[in-house]
Amino acid sequence: MTTIAIPPGMPQYDDVPRYDVEAVRADFPILGREVNGHPMVYLDSANTSQKPLQVLDVLRAHYERHNGNVSRSVHTVGTEATEAYEGARAKVAAFINAPSPDEVVFTKNSTEAINLVAYAFSNASVGAGGDPRFRLGPGDEIVISEMEHHSNIVPWQLLCERTGATLRWFPVTDGGRLDESGLEELVNERTKLVSFVHMSNILGTVNATARITERVRQVGALLLLDCSQSVPHLPVDVVDLDADFIAFTGHKMCAPSGIGVLWGRAELLAAMPPVFGGGSMIETVSMSGSTYAPPPARFEAGTPPIAEAVALGAAVDYLTGIGMRAIQWHEKELTAYALDALATVPGLRIFGPTVPVGRGGTISFALDGIHPHDVGQVLDAEGVEVRVGHHCARPVCVRFGVPATTRASFYLYTTTGEVDALVRGLEQVRKVFG
Amino acid sequence: MQVDQLYQEIILDHYKHPHGRGLREPYAAEAHHVNPTCGDEVTIRVALDDDTLSDVSYDGMGCSISQASASVLHELLTGRDTGQAFEVHAAFVELMSGRGQVTPDEELLGDAVAFAGVARYPARVKCALLPWMAFKDAAARAGVDVEAGDEDSNERSEVKTA
Repeated sequence: MTTIAIPPGMPQYDDVPRYDVEAVRADFPILGREVNGHPMVYLDSANTSQKPLQVLDVLRAHYERHNGNVSRSVHTVGTEATEAYEGARAKVAAFINAPSPDEVVFTKNSTEAINLVAYAFSNASVGAGGDPRFRLGPGDEIVISEMEHHSNIVPWQLLCERTGATLRWFPVTDGGRLDESGLEELVNERTKLVSFVHMSNILGTVNATARITERVRQVGALLLLDCSQSVPHLPVDVVDLDADFIAFTGHKMCAPSGIGVLWGRAELLAAMPPVFGGGSMIETVSMSGSTYAPPPARFEAGTPPIAEAVALGAAVDYLTGIGMRAIQWHEKELTAYALDALATVPGLRIFGPTVPVGRGGTISFALDGIHPHDVGQVLDAEGVEVRVGHHCARPVCVRFGVPATTRASFYLYTTTGEVDALVRGLEQVRKVFG
Repeated sequence: MQVDQLYQEIILDHYKHPHGRGLREPYAAEAHHVNPTCGDEVTIRVALDDDTLSDVSYDGMGCSISQASASVLHELLTGRDTGQAFEVHAAFVELMSGRGQVTPDEELLGDAVAFAGVARYPARVKCALLPWMAFKDAAARAGVDVEAGDEDSNERSEVKTA
């Protein structure tokens, strides 16, 4: 065996932060259950993640001890709930290195966060006095990519229908990367917004954003990044990314469903008209008209998902305690292992990068001649939980000429033993349909 | 649950060796149904000779359950009069909605009894029903009196009359 030494002065293998996966797994009660008589092998974290006791306990404690409505109560529990809710906002802000907690708007999920921006554009375009950066009309362009989740396609299609603006997109290469060759022409003086995915939910690709960001700045457009798959899995720093907005969701990062985040630059949020009207988002209301609260309250009409937000704060604490760098590295090693292991399955074709560089732990594949539904069904009989279908990214399936794919996705609690179980399960699939 | 209850030999056999596959002329009407959650699709054509289904031809792509179901449908319904065909149709829909509690009538359903196991997998019932719902649409378009008020289909449908 040959050992290759990393030269002194370079980052050494042991410098990478690591953690004990079995200890982490012990925090997730559901990982101990069985499915169809087998230990559950949960490989669907890109769909939704499992929740640790540390988050479940906070959720329960909130309702048992601190439940009151936020931002409107003078009583003790209302004050405690408000402090917990605003505390969660500050934790989320620190997690993504946002300059201020006021730049964090709580939403229901990423989809709502993206729609919120789309409707702010819409509202700014119809009324007089809308900020010119958000005004859209015929001749203006919005740029997305072919790699997007439906939640970063359909809101812009609808917005273009409402305003007469044109929707354009970056194509995807055969290797599953963004094709930036047309960047200069695609992002131009007519472009008002560029919105694309940081990490693809189907291909696993982590997009390098710097070149596109630079071009976006040159032409004076705005930049939104869909970080639904990146914030849970790798360190995300909004200052570093130099984005204008990012969207992500709690349930993919150990928090409950029903809570998501729109982060936006303070001055942009301040320039955006409200989208939902109601309680909490106002300054004063009279029968002849109303004025609105500053962000983030302006965009949080009605009673928000309070306990869910508090639990998201607990999830952020949990992930921070383990370390996002360590989680990223764990998934990188796991992805390298899985790419090698899957390559041993006859007739298996991977969609997306086949090397563990510029990609995360989400791997989509096809098994020769066997429909993904059948693959998923046989795997489930073996206790292996994967997602099958178009993963809400149908244009990607069309791009690669398949109606659907099978997708295995990993998280901080996934083990190499579970990747082995997947590969064994795929042998079983081949036996049934061979 | 045992997966071989779902993937009965008969189903795998129809999937690997489909009977009567391919769209044929002439036909009275056709319907194309897709399952938007998984992308499975099937096109069914019906040809009528008075009240007799002289041909039920089909094409499609999708999982073993949906494609085997189309093959079984072709075999069961071709040559029947429309009244009988919808008796079989109703029995199949009942079987699939029964969550595994319905005992199928083998005389009436033939190879389709193999789908009894599918009824225990709620996520797959739609796959099995896809061709049957497309058939019903195509028959209705061809002027067959399809009993009103039974099973609604959630699939999107494009219907074309020849």
